[in-house]
Amino acid sequence: MTSSVPEMNASSERRKDIALRIAVPLVMVVGLVLIWHFGVVMSGVPPYILPSPGAVLSALIGDWSLLFPALVVTTKITLMSLALALIGGAGFAIFLVQSRWIEIAFYPIAVILQVTPIVAISPLILIYAPTTQVALLICAFLVAFFPILSNMVQGLKSVDHNLLNLFDLYGASRWQTLIYLKIPAAQPYFMTGLRIGGGLALIAAVVAEFAAGSAGASSGLAFRLLESQFRMNIPRLFAALLMLSALGVTIFAATSFISWLALHRWHESNLKREN
Amino acid sequence: MNAQAADKTVATMAQTRPLVAMDHVSKIFSNGTLALQDMSLTVRGGEFLSLLGPSGCGKSTALRIIAGLGGVSSGSIDWPSSRINSKGLPEGDISFVFQEPTLMPWQTVFGNVFLPLRLRGVSKKAAEEPIMEALTAVGLGDFAKAYPRELSGGMKMRVSIARAMVTKPRLLLMDEPFAALDEITRQKLNDDVLNLWRRTGITVIFVTHSVFESAYLSNRIVVMKARPGRVHADFPLVTASERDALYRSSEDYRQACEKVSAMLLEAMGDAPEGH
Repeated sequence: MTSSVPEMNASSERRKDIALRIAVPLVMVVGLVLIWHFGVVMSGVPPYILPSPGAVLSALIGDWSLLFPALVVTTKITLMSLALALIGGAGFAIFLVQSRWIEIAFYPIAVILQVTPIVAISPLILIYAPTTQVALLICAFLVAFFPILSNMVQGLKSVDHNLLNLFDLYGASRWQTLIYLKIPAAQPYFMTGLRIGGGLALIAAVVAEFAAGSAGASSGLAFRLLESQFRMNIPRLFAALLMLSALGVTIFAATSFISWLALHRWHESNLKREN
Repeated sequence: MNAQAADKTVATMAQTRPLVAMDHVSKIFSNGTLALQDMSLTVRGGEFLSLLGPSGCGKSTALRIIAGLGGVSSGSIDWPSSRINSKGLPEGDISFVFQEPTLMPWQTVFGNVFLPLRLRGVSKKAAEEPIMEALTAVGLGDFAKAYPRELSGGMKMRVSIARAMVTKPRLLLMDEPFAALDEITRQKLNDDVLNLWRRTGITVIFVTHSVFESAYLSNRIVVMKARPGRVHADFPLVTASERDALYRSSEDYRQACEKVSAMLLEAMGDAPEGH
């Protein structure tokens, strides 16, 4: 056990490290925006080709009433499809590892769904789904589902054999082994699936909306992007893009944080090397 | 324990019903290897029995059979003084300590020791007292909230022992538990296990390939022979003096080691070295 003095040093060191980790990328982004601004001003590029950061910002504020509802729609579809993919992927993985034959029977179907490009399936989904929103949800779900499934299957199968023996020795039921051993042991794999799935759900939600081309009040950011392109309203296009990036970053940060919360106390991936 | 006391223990042991009765047990692995041939062994209460032999002599296989992990190919295994459950295994009387500490990294020390009780449906509150008792017995009373990664190899092993003892078993099976530890830690843990044995009156079957360890710990030694694994010699080891640090440098211990060593060499006689 470490004594308290080195611990204090370590914590101030850590704080410095965290501050640098935030400051360095921030300076980098600010620098790039400045270069962008002065580049546009000095070269005299018209705003319908490359708007300045100021023009993008004013489009963001000016078109807020148009863009924000679209952001809400896209966020909703992304989060709902991610939630369905988490439940479905983890649940299906638990079902798959119950027996070798179940896995042999069902896994190929999951693979076929995964390898077929979602843009190619989306016309069919659009035909069969009752509403466009449901179709978008299905598309995004299909894309986010697989990484969660395959990671979870891998995790459930990677349980330490000695621990399995131990559970056998103590007469643990199948259910107890699943709850107390397999699912906790699969956590790091599940978290990897969550991080990948979160990013993919957003990408799929946007791609599916491109393919669906939905319009009207329930349209998401992808539609606003296309619309801005048709209208040559490039500042608004940039503003919509900015929102999508912000959403992506937020999802990434949230899933990383959840993963950290679950694993930081015990898992190697979240521990600092001590030597 | 002095020689008279030891004799008395041996005498009482002979009267009680055996804990384990292996009768002409053979074990053939699925790859065709004959791991164990015609092994008969009766273990009585209060014994500290070492299974000693070169690698591949089937000592770990024998231990697993005694634990009820993996069936026998011929012959029979019985636990005459235990309650046998529906799976044909003894219930609650046997604990196992593996060569690795085999702890769940996502659980604290407390959670790891809780496992056997939890699997029996004991509530966390009711389990607290036996858990803290078991942890105190191995000198880890202050580490209940620590995670396995924060502990040294020896401490992890102690947690593993506490977990094995928390159910108050009658038979403790140890499969080369200290083989991966440094010599000093190993000697310390040997003393701790001896104390535990003296204090609780538990029966221990201890698998080792170390002559010195078996001679220090046991009051009965079964020397095994390899290819196929079988019993070569089975003899009591009664010493006149208390087994402690002083005993390690005594003439008594030297003679015991010599005797055990001679038996082991004999057992390895027809199996050339390195095989």
